[in-house]
Amino acid sequence: MGDLGALLNGAATQSVSPDSLTLRLSSNSPLRMDSGAALAPLTVAYQTYGALNAAKSNALLVCHALTGDQHVANPHPVTGRPGWWETMVGPGKPFDTNRFFIICSNVLGGCMGSTGPASLNPETGEPYGLDFPIVTIADMVRAQALLIDHLGIDTLLCVAGGSMGGMQVLQWAATYPDRVFAALPIATAARHSSQNIAFHEVGRQAIMADPDWRHGRYLVEGTRPGKGLGVARMAAHITYLSESALHRKFGRNLQDRAARTFSFDADFQVESYLRHQGAIFVERFDPNSYLYMTRAMDYFDLAADYGGSLAGAFKGSRTRFCVVSFTSDWLFPTSDSRATVRALNAGGASVSFVEIETDRGHDAFLLDVPELIDTTKGFIDAAARARGVD
Amino acid sequence: MAELVAPKSRVLDVGCGDGALLRLLAEERSVDGRGIELSQQGVNDCVAKGLSVIQGDADADLVDYPDDAFDYVILSQTLQATRQPRVVLEHMLRIGRRAIVSVPNFGHWRIRAQVAFGGRMPVTESLAHSWYDTPNIHFCTIADFVALARDVGATIDKSVALDLAGHPLHRMFSPWAWNLLGDQAIFLLHRKR
Repeated sequence: MGDLGALLNGAATQSVSPDSLTLRLSSNSPLRMDSGAALAPLTVAYQTYGALNAAKSNALLVCHALTGDQHVANPHPVTGRPGWWETMVGPGKPFDTNRFFIICSNVLGGCMGSTGPASLNPETGEPYGLDFPIVTIADMVRAQALLIDHLGIDTLLCVAGGSMGGMQVLQWAATYPDRVFAALPIATAARHSSQNIAFHEVGRQAIMADPDWRHGRYLVEGTRPGKGLGVARMAAHITYLSESALHRKFGRNLQDRAARTFSFDADFQVESYLRHQGAIFVERFDPNSYLYMTRAMDYFDLAADYGGSLAGAFKGSRTRFCVVSFTSDWLFPTSDSRATVRALNAGGASVSFVEIETDRGHDAFLLDVPELIDTTKGFIDAAARARGVD
Repeated sequence: MAELVAPKSRVLDVGCGDGALLRLLAEERSVDGRGIELSQQGVNDCVAKGLSVIQGDADADLVDYPDDAFDYVILSQTLQATRQPRVVLEHMLRIGRRAIVSVPNFGHWRIRAQVAFGGRMPVTESLAHSWYDTPNIHFCTIADFVALARDVGATIDKSVALDLAGHPLHRMFSPWAWNLLGDQAIFLLHRKR
């Protein structure tokens, strides 16, 4: 154990001592999880941008996606790359740091400082590994709510996020309707589809098939199951793009060579690109955390918690919703968003819905898409006006 | 049209464009308004104004709303562009306690004249498309709409025909004259429950 630090990659280091603000809750108040487990102690690692006003009415919560983290608008502590939503968060941007207080926390089960499978299990003194309880989207939201309590904020002006982040947005609006003034779920669904569960299972099996995974005990045994996680990332990354975007970007172009090599080298640019995506991901992400995050999404089915009726989850809600989808997103297609919109309408909620035309696939929510930025800015500004926030 | 809406009511504007009517209703009549709009630009404009608008159309999306969800459902100059005008009208009468519908009148004398004497499909200021690129696939006259309202069991509470200048035609005119002189007509109707 003494040499554990030397064996950890960037992500595992962050999971033990994050470059972030942290909320640490002692063993006296365990987090009750959907699985029945009681988790303690609990750490929530988070970043904030901008300043909270005196009325505490200008707080926006950003929920990150599967492989995202709390570093929304600052350089990433492991990769040094810009924050993942700098198109959206900053001075004069839709999440305007001159006007609003923006919070993003690493989700429960993550690997950037919030308690997760790479955290130390107080019972054994070793990383949890697979002894970490299964996390649900609702568990993530419970942990976020503890942070919001800790910050003294009663009602969030807006909860926003894409993909798995959007699932958290919907869960927030369903669980804490009075604490969410406005909700912005982007490129998401109220339940994970069969096809998406299937893709996730491929990723998990790739990780588990890596001999270095060691049944999740790689941190203790000093191995790094990077191959499996890399393959999982490569497969998943394809689903984040679209056929036309891949073709536009790479076509059948060869990588740094004039002709085929008649080998299994990465002859094609698209192969080289995917290998690169896999390699850089492994440096910043914990394989067990990937298992837990994908499972949380698979288990998400908001209607199931309300007697099978999604409308029931939002009945009587006074939250203002803006649902956004992208035409080329085949992971969370527009039909998923429309199902949410239908349920919100049936529940009598106030809802806007925009389907944005783009060929950039699911990842469009992370990219510089002007229509997304305009819609978001209009929605947030209108919510701020309605709540009397300058 | 705004004058037909009672203050502080719940309104759904189908085909709300850039949200001008919804905004007027919100500001002058304290209306809780929602909209449906087909164009992405229109929806973006509305959301930026703080209006609650979904991207969609009358044919596909009215079915999702529960019964009596609104006090008024408004459809302005759009019924003739829907695939199933009768179904659309029935949904409006189902989800709204009242429906407000305006239709261009295909029975106006100028249109009749163009067909009768020119022998060509009519093109006017209010119906400016040629037959091959018009979005208006289900034209009707004022008399046709009145008949449709009767067929779906609706009661017309108020109606007004407007001349080419947008002035209301006098109520003393006969229905036959409305159908000849009205450029468009606006109806307030409800269905008996």
